[in-house]
Amino acid sequence: MLLIRCPWCGPRDEIEFRYGGQAHIAYPADPDALSDADWADFLFMRDNPRGPFRERWYHVHGCRRWFNAVRDTSTHRFVATYRIDEEPV
Amino acid sequence: MCAVRYWRAAEPKTTYEVVIVGGGGHGLATAYSLAKRHGITDVCVVEKGWLAGGNMARNTTIIRSNYLWEESAAIYEHSLKLWEGLEEELGVDVEFSPRGVLNLAHDLGEVRSSMRRVHANRLNGVDAEWLTPEDVAAFCPLINISPSLRYPVLGATLQRRGGTARHDKVAWAYATRASELGVDIVEHAEVTGFLRGPGGRVEGVSTSRGEIRGAKVALAAAGHTSELAAMVGLRLPLQSHPLQALVSALYEPILDCVVMSNKVHVYVSQADKGELVMGAGIDAYNGYAQRGSFHVIEEQLAAAVELFAIFAHAKLLRTWGGIVDVCPDASPIVGWSGIDGLFLNCGWGTGGFKATPAAGWAYAETIATGEPSELVRPFSLERFTTGALIDEHGAAAVAH
Ligand SMILES: Cc1cc2nc3c(=O)[nH]c(=O)nc-3n(C[C@H](O)[C@H](O)[C@H](O)COP(=O)(O)OP(=O)(O)OC[C@H]3O[C@@H](n4cnc5c(N)ncnc54)[C@H](O)[C@@H]3O)c2cc1C
Ligand SMILES: [Zn+2]
Repeated sequence: MLLIRCPWCGPRDEIEFRYGGQAHIAYPADPDALSDADWADFLFMRDNPRGPFRERWYHVHGCRRWFNAVRDTSTHRFVATYRIDEEPV
Repeated sequence: MCAVRYWRAAEPKTTYEVVIVGGGGHGLATAYSLAKRHGITDVCVVEKGWLAGGNMARNTTIIRSNYLWEESAAIYEHSLKLWEGLEEELGVDVEFSPRGVLNLAHDLGEVRSSMRRVHANRLNGVDAEWLTPEDVAAFCPLINISPSLRYPVLGATLQRRGGTARHDKVAWAYATRASELGVDIVEHAEVTGFLRGPGGRVEGVSTSRGEIRGAKVALAAAGHTSELAAMVGLRLPLQSHPLQALVSALYEPILDCVVMSNKVHVYVSQADKGELVMGAGIDAYNGYAQRGSFHVIEEQLAAAVELFAIFAHAKLLRTWGGIVDVCPDASPIVGWSGIDGLFLNCGWGTGGFKATPAAGWAYAETIATGEPSELVRPFSLERFTTGALIDEHGAAAVAH
């Protein structure tokens, strides 16, 4: 089981969290201007690297807040966790 | 049973008509089908590790075709028919065992969607039956149908033609027959890049054993597809997740069918040797480590013990994980990549073992003719732009 450091609650067991997939995917600024291909890109296409990945986690059984993490997908090791309004350290 | 003669370990030539990246079940079945059905024998299968050591060696071997949607039913049912003739086709005993697959329903919503699936299956020519709890107990006496369970068994769908097969033997049989037909199988050669021609056309691969040119390059790399696609700047709707499974110690035969439960998320069968083979759902996070978190195993065992009280006595022998490539609609992508010379077969996620014969069949046809086989036409990459998704999440019972 992963030990995940919630930026507010500190290190907690993985079972308290829900995974939220890739982080920093902004809602399109001008949705009306998007082509079908742009929508496909926004809705479905995702990075899927082996190595450091910026992703979202939700402390659903804790403070119920979303936060971001950098985690190495080749080892599952967390490099950093940071608040939504922060940049990764 | 015929004696198995294994494949030649080939030295890579400099050029082939088709280079297949990935020597798992899908890559090997594709190579076989290219050679056998299309007469294309100038084919190389490039595998970074040892043959079929990826998901092919790690899956729980469940075979069934009772998917909800027509597009899925068509390809999985074609696959099941190929399984039914596979031992004859390949001349090898792959231990295909149509022992029946039960999908349990534990609440009213599941009962309704299961019945709906039974009707949809029948309309699509897929054998399907609805069983009451008493029928379930008659078919599989080991299952606890007590109404006092936290998730009581309210019924099940049964596909009698579904079952299991020996994954390794399937891979070795395809490899052996493909090799006999002239296909080169090159192990321990990792693809690290693509050779590009005019207009960005893909014309081959760079590997840890040198460059290999191919007029057509076909990916069959399962969980590693995104990594390869990124090398040509292609972003795909795939996420790679750990998927774990486990076996118990060896026991006397106690379970002669496959039992799957979506709600409590466990699926189990007993191998001929006697191990109980069980799998769970994916670990939620992306991961390439071929291992997952232990709480997933714990939850799966809790579910299994509730359904089969006798399992509480079983000893856990080992657990392992694979890397499965999952699409947003839980359906695969097979066809042209949008880049000349490059084809995709990926996104089979947690359920591609059963599809091995049909995936090979349809992918080979697509590569040989340059036109999508009818079986995979709906499974194009384009569907994410057109919106014609094939949503098998939940719709197809548990996703294996
Ligand atoms: C635990 C588990 C249980 C499962 N249970 C079932 C089940 O019950 N029923 C079912 O139908 N399906 C099941 N599956 C899914 C099934 O195993 C996969 O969908 C299927 O095996 C994928 O196709 P494949 O055999 O070609 O993949 P793989 O065997 O993974 O083949 C891909 C190959 O590509 C190679 N490769 C990757 N990158 C490169 C590179 N850069 N260069 C060269 N080679 C490369 C890999 O080494 C690998 O050998 C399960 C999977 C897992 C992990
Ligand atoms: Zn918290």
